[in-house]
Amino acid sequence: MTSNGASVAASNGAPVIELRDVDVFYGRVAALRKVSLEVHPGEIVALIGSNGAGKTSTLRTISGLISPRNGDVLLFGKSIRGVGAAHIARLGVGHAPEGRRLFARMTVRENLDMGAYSRNDRAGIRRDLERVFTLFPRLRERATQLAGSLSGGEQQMVAIGRALMSDPKALLLDEPSLGLAPILVDAIFEVIKEINSKGTTILLIEQNALLALKTASRGYVLETGSVVLSGPSADLIASPDIQRAYLGM
Amino acid sequence: MTIQSGTPEAPLAPLGDTSSGVGSPMLVDQRSLAPRRDQSNELVRSVGPVVRVAYGWISKHFAAVLLGMILVAIIATFKQGGLDLMGQQLRNALVLGAIYALVAIGYTMVYGIIELINFAHGDVFAAAGFYAVFIASTFHLDSLATGSFGGLILALIIVFPLSMLGAGITGVVIEFVAYRRLRDSPRLAPLITAIGVSFLIEGIMLVIEGPDNVATNQADWITGTAFTIGGVSVAWTDIFVVGMALFLMFALGEFVRRTRLGKAMRSTAQDRTAALLCGININRTISATFFIGSALAAAAAVIYSINYGDLKWNLGFHLGIIAFTAAVLGGIGNIVGAGVGGFIIGLIYVFGGSIFGGEWSESLIFAVLVLILTFRPVGLFGVEVTTRA
Repeated sequence: MTSNGASVAASNGAPVIELRDVDVFYGRVAALRKVSLEVHPGEIVALIGSNGAGKTSTLRTISGLISPRNGDVLLFGKSIRGVGAAHIARLGVGHAPEGRRLFARMTVRENLDMGAYSRNDRAGIRRDLERVFTLFPRLRERATQLAGSLSGGEQQMVAIGRALMSDPKALLLDEPSLGLAPILVDAIFEVIKEINSKGTTILLIEQNALLALKTASRGYVLETGSVVLSGPSADLIASPDIQRAYLGM
Repeated sequence: MTIQSGTPEAPLAPLGDTSSGVGSPMLVDQRSLAPRRDQSNELVRSVGPVVRVAYGWISKHFAAVLLGMILVAIIATFKQGGLDLMGQQLRNALVLGAIYALVAIGYTMVYGIIELINFAHGDVFAAAGFYAVFIASTFHLDSLATGSFGGLILALIIVFPLSMLGAGITGVVIEFVAYRRLRDSPRLAPLITAIGVSFLIEGIMLVIEGPDNVATNQADWITGTAFTIGGVSVAWTDIFVVGMALFLMFALGEFVRRTRLGKAMRSTAQDRTAALLCGININRTISATFFIGSALAAAAAVIYSINYGDLKWNLGFHLGIIAFTAAVLGGIGNIVGAGVGGFIIGLIYVFGGSIFGGEWSESLIFAVLVLILTFRPVGLFGVEVTTRA
């Protein structure tokens, strides 16, 4: 997926994604408190933490599905606070959301086409479709099937594929391994690394903290809505606190 | 999976219905009106085995039972008045059905995309009829239409798109003013504003057009060049009316299936969050849905005024609810279903009336509404749903 240079992706050294002291509330309940994080070009960054720690809320804040009460969200150094989700998607954020959220009554092919909804470059779309089918050969076989009829693993492939079809600069993956057989989990993570190796910046949430940290170069640990630890993956894996709380060692 | 504690989000919806056709123009998952399976089983278990079997049988064969009864009514009409009466009534049923079908599509599209029963839709239909009368008098279409066949066609080419445009804008404004800000409110709130808008439009029409029937001078409008098949006189307008309805329905189906905006509508109906993440402008997509639904109602209104020759301020209320029944019959959210449902309701209205007397027509229609919701809430074309997590 060649990045089309005409976008905001001016490599001015700014992080692809940056959160500065972000507070998010659902009604009166705080979901995120003073969360700050940075994802730099070409990185894979993992968000780990237990259920309810605020991982999904972080991704939803970045893609504009919820807006922060305080703080700022920046994309390539420019604030996107208050910008609508559809617009943020067009700015180059691909989000494979929690629960996959496929268009169940549309075919696999139509789902992938919807991912490229805001693009006009037919040649590029065709190339990216081919790329998705190369990454996930199963989807080529299932192209004319309704997305709702697929197995969990296949649905996850469609969710990632659909996010890729927008030719994103930044890819947000919410639990790509959820509900998948172990062998499929490894395969999906291989694909994630491959996507990243072609230049797409990735921020991912993963329940399996060890797998996440092994895949990512850096990680952030969230607890009850706050970042409690962050650093290079190797350091986090080596940290006794992390080992006890998340790695089951 | 990270379900945020205290998050007011619904848990993720189960995906899917495997059994419908590829790229079907169905906007909504038809389970929405269906009772939960386990509940209905419980209900069924509490009654005796005879009732249980009967209930199951009727649910399963609802379409066959309904169509069988219609067929009996048609045959009875034939016995009563011969081919003449039967043919005449078939013609009436088709024209009426075309109107219901076009209006029903508007209900079903709006329900499909924002899960709102747009009670104002029937009144948009009635208002569109008055728009058509206004347009006809502004452009002196009476004289144009009576002059020659070409003039008639020209008159229709003027009046249809302009009324559709006017009604489309009306629909878009209604959504913008009365529903948009309530989109994430509990379902009851926009339902109440919908009823409010309905009464508002009726009130405006009452003030402007008065309490009595308003003649639309259809005799001057369309010179009914009739021909006769087997003793049944068929006017050109009949052919035009039914043809126009079928064409619009076909065009809509293709539009929803193939175009970019049509796909945006389908995906917004299926999962609004995912549609947002794909970069789809939700507001624009919903506006487009209201525009198209209202425009189709306007086409129905022009057809109505051509055929029946008068309009009334409260016409939309009754006709709207009957058309809504057609939408439920076809499975709410299912565009093709709404079209077919409209024609079936037309048949029930006309042939039920010819057997029991016209005063019973509406009672029959609403009896059908109750029966569908009881026995077959997913509509005639609803299918057993298999889900997969």
